[in-house]
Amino acid sequence: MSDTATAHQASGAAAPRRSPTALPRSFVWTRRIVLTLLAVFTATPLYVMVSSSLKPLEEVSGTFRWIPAELTLEPYRDIWRTVPLGRYFLNSLIVSASATACSVVVAVFAAYAVSRYRFRGRQVFTVTVLSTQMFPGILFLLPLFLLFVNVGNATGLALYGSRGALILTYMTFTLPLSIWMLAGYFASIPRDLDEAALVDGCGPLGALFRVLIPAAVPGIIAVTVYSFMTAWGEVLFASVMTNDATRTLSIGLQGYATRTEVYWNQVMAASLVVSVPVVAGFLLLQRYLVAGLTAGAVK
Amino acid sequence: MTAHSAPRTPAPAAGDTARGPTRTAADRTPAPAPGRRSAAPGAPAPSGTRRPAAGSPLRDRVRSAGLPYLLLLPALALELLIHLVPMATGIVMAFKDLTQEYISDWSAAPWAGLDNFRVAVDVDAPVGEALLRSFAVTCGFTVLAVGLSWLLGVTAAILMQDAFRGRGLLRALFLTPYALPVYAAVITWSFLLQHDNGLLNHVLHDQLGLTDGKPFWLVGDNSFVALLLVAVWRTWPFAFLLLTAALQNVSADLYEASALDGAGMWRQIRHITLPALRPVNQVLVLVLFLWTFNDFNVPFVLFGKSAPQSADLVSLHIYQSSFVTWDFGAGSAMSVLLLLFLLLVTAGYLLLTSRGRGSADV
Amino acid sequence: MRRFRTAAAAALVTALTAAASGCGGGSATKSGGSNDKPGELTYWATNQGSSIEADKKVLAPELKKFEKQTGIKVKLEVVPWSNLLDRILAAASSGQGPDVLNIGNTWSSSLQKSKALLPFDDARMADVGGADRFSKAALAATGAEGKPPAAVPLYSLTYALYWNKKMFRQAGIDGPPVTWDELVADGKKLSRGGRHGLAVEGGNPVENAHHAFVLGKQHGADFFDENGRPTFDQPGNVKAVKQYVDFLAEDGIAAKGNAEYAQNQSVKDFATGKAGMLLWQAARTSLLAHGMKPDEYGIAPVPFQDRQDATASGGKTKVNSMVGGINIGVFNHTDNLDGAMKFVSFMTSTKEQRILTDAYGSVSPVLEAQQAEPRDKDEAVLRSVLSSSAAPLPQVPDESKFETLVGTAVKRLFADAAAGRPVTEKTVREALTKAQQQMGK
Repeated sequence: MSDTATAHQASGAAAPRRSPTALPRSFVWTRRIVLTLLAVFTATPLYVMVSSSLKPLEEVSGTFRWIPAELTLEPYRDIWRTVPLGRYFLNSLIVSASATACSVVVAVFAAYAVSRYRFRGRQVFTVTVLSTQMFPGILFLLPLFLLFVNVGNATGLALYGSRGALILTYMTFTLPLSIWMLAGYFASIPRDLDEAALVDGCGPLGALFRVLIPAAVPGIIAVTVYSFMTAWGEVLFASVMTNDATRTLSIGLQGYATRTEVYWNQVMAASLVVSVPVVAGFLLLQRYLVAGLTAGAVK
Repeated sequence: MTAHSAPRTPAPAAGDTARGPTRTAADRTPAPAPGRRSAAPGAPAPSGTRRPAAGSPLRDRVRSAGLPYLLLLPALALELLIHLVPMATGIVMAFKDLTQEYISDWSAAPWAGLDNFRVAVDVDAPVGEALLRSFAVTCGFTVLAVGLSWLLGVTAAILMQDAFRGRGLLRALFLTPYALPVYAAVITWSFLLQHDNGLLNHVLHDQLGLTDGKPFWLVGDNSFVALLLVAVWRTWPFAFLLLTAALQNVSADLYEASALDGAGMWRQIRHITLPALRPVNQVLVLVLFLWTFNDFNVPFVLFGKSAPQSADLVSLHIYQSSFVTWDFGAGSAMSVLLLLFLLLVTAGYLLLTSRGRGSADV
Repeated sequence: MRRFRTAAAAALVTALTAAASGCGGGSATKSGGSNDKPGELTYWATNQGSSIEADKKVLAPELKKFEKQTGIKVKLEVVPWSNLLDRILAAASSGQGPDVLNIGNTWSSSLQKSKALLPFDDARMADVGGADRFSKAALAATGAEGKPPAAVPLYSLTYALYWNKKMFRQAGIDGPPVTWDELVADGKKLSRGGRHGLAVEGGNPVENAHHAFVLGKQHGADFFDENGRPTFDQPGNVKAVKQYVDFLAEDGIAAKGNAEYAQNQSVKDFATGKAGMLLWQAARTSLLAHGMKPDEYGIAPVPFQDRQDATASGGKTKVNSMVGGINIGVFNHTDNLDGAMKFVSFMTSTKEQRILTDAYGSVSPVLEAQQAEPRDKDEAVLRSVLSSSAAPLPQVPDESKFETLVGTAVKRLFADAAAGRPVTEKTVREALTKAQQQMGK
């Protein structure tokens, strides 16, 4: 009944459950039809994104055509000129990477405490932290902003409009689910492992660093992927808390809709450019995300 | 959040029976030294507590008692600072008459008592009526979006349980919408939902001739359908991801055994696969519900600051009631009502779904 | 579950304690401005040109000039319209923002009431050369009457009717319409073969609100009475909104697709010959960006209800546009008050005005700059409209709420009409009544 295997095995492709011959015809046909429909549904917008990014502006702003009449790479050149995409990219990278790194570190400690200790207030902590997932973001947008400003005024740190404020915000956003996933993952690692380390003379932190963390790498990757994606795509807080110098991609992309024209081909090209890193990262690492989520969610 | 393990057997809640007493016992023991297995489901708590070799017993005890708090401190501080204090401030704002007159010095705003709430719930007056309508739209939207996302997710997960050629590629394709940044994904949809030049109308009207004239998707009543379409497109891959993982934990023996009993494919799905997914579904549906209900990004990118009535989700409605018209007291009151509603639903949901499964934490 | 409940209760208690114990909110300590940082200014400009980058290119040399003259370095940020109001709001509520900023002049009263901007009392007005330097119409849109303005006019804009010369010729129409009846008749002649008479920005609440306001004035109505109370659903306004929506609904001179236009597609439709007429503010640069040259279109005043109004020398209903434009103000919490005032003087100086309004295709609100020959026929028409028949939008604190509510109501009526549902006086009145009630409180 050990659940360790569950989490570790829950990655990648599953072993076939049944021999192919055992599959009834009706099932195979259903599978073909349904999956084809789903694939069309999923792929159409992606196709539009790619094909439109290769069309000249006149064509994108006219009636839709499945096959581009003319292919051009110009949108990919122009996107860097219409808006300072490079700077936004860098901002997003700094903000998302820092928020993710900090969030993961904090979550590891918290998850260690929650999963390996019994202490007064443990329940209150987990419930409170998780219930923050329920808050409508809009409720604390302005208060949070004011808080940054007040703290900034009191300490002399320029928090408002800084990347730091955004990093703090995002890392806290992702913290609850990260702690939850990691705690679940830690719980799936046999206690005997870290107990052995303790017996061998490691302190609790030694056990965490030498045993638990190495064993929980998939869970940690999962949390990393989740945090990074969340920070990379956030719109609401970024729109109020950034300025020209610190603007992130999700806000920066709005710059392609100018007063005279929506540069649809550039919108699509830029969307693709900013999506490729996260999508590629996600697809590469998704099996870890599954492992992390199942360890957390399935418990 | 330790709670349930994935039942490796289809019998729901197997392994939960031992949990009740185990947990209680564990919880009553104050801060034991590390090295104690916490209430692992199905496994009784180990009785002996091994003590770390290093340090004097007393110092060790103090350190151990303080250590979890120390470990939690950063997370706690952040949550308090970034979530709880601002939220509390938001609640206070709901009781103030905070209009543009006071935004530059909002501690000077007069107390409004329950006025903001009264206006928000007075469904006979336009403000309350609009909020109620928006709330109803959101409920309908959430039920449909979560339902459809789950349905697509579970269908695809089951159909892709067995290996076939191209499965890996298809999986990657299905997961892509979830990985796309919201802005990039939704702006693409707004492009293909345009009335004059959008792909959807091109296909429906120009190519298939299904509609008389081109329908509108971004204004008017159809915008509800448009919103639903985009939301489901973005959300179902998450359900698919999680359910696929859960299916991998269903033991192959069960299928073999039932096959020997002569159970067909469809019966296996009904009697083995679906029951095995129950614990994941419980969490999945709740998470999808909260995300969908509070969703701001999708309608905001799709419709801008003034959504069509039929797609006026409550988070966007609150944004309009506070940020566009600068009446933060009213906006906060609406947010507080929304929060109360979500708390209630979540509690009710957990109560309902955890019945017979032992006590769930959350 | 019991444990869950205790935990939830505990969470609530924590929250309430935190609420009770602190967080007073925005400090007003530095209100009134200071001179703590004399060497530097932050300036938020609005997006006036074809893109944000284009604006930076226009402004950069001017800011360099200012630095040379005064030694003050100006940090420029061009804020996109889509989040300007949020940014101003955040700045106002926190006290952290720019030193000098542009605002859309329809927000003047709201901002005046918020006390976010330094009032231009007589002394400050004298610093920038006195109120007499500015055109009356532009000054009327700087805040409520009798109170010191929240900002001074920077660029003036107003609506005009743009018409496609070639399409008019082909349809056998001699010149631009003077009344709305003529416009509808001309529009019907122009609407054929996939083309339409008029392009409207039906999905854009702000545009809708402006047109509703002007047409309301022409029907003798106002959206607010003299006490600042909303009067959205009075008969004149109902007629006005119905008349505007009917361009698409009953007259059919605007394409159905216009109901979802909110990204200036109407300008593009006009520039590309899909529509024969357009009601717009200073469209020259945009039209040029779409490849329409100035000699391809004519520009005329926006039509009136009847020819009498058009020729009258004044009167309540001789209104065919609003006073649009941008004002420039000094943020209340500035830490370079003197520098900020110098910068406002610089930007409103006659010389700079000529350069900037030429670059943006707007009209200068500075009378002296208006003495120069109009650079083109656009400017000539805009100047005359501004001086004779443009009215400022209601100078009430809830102006932005009015734009949102009325504009959104019109947007929804357009959507109804486009979907084939009837738009009658009754439905229009209901929509406006509802909007009015939502002004509430």
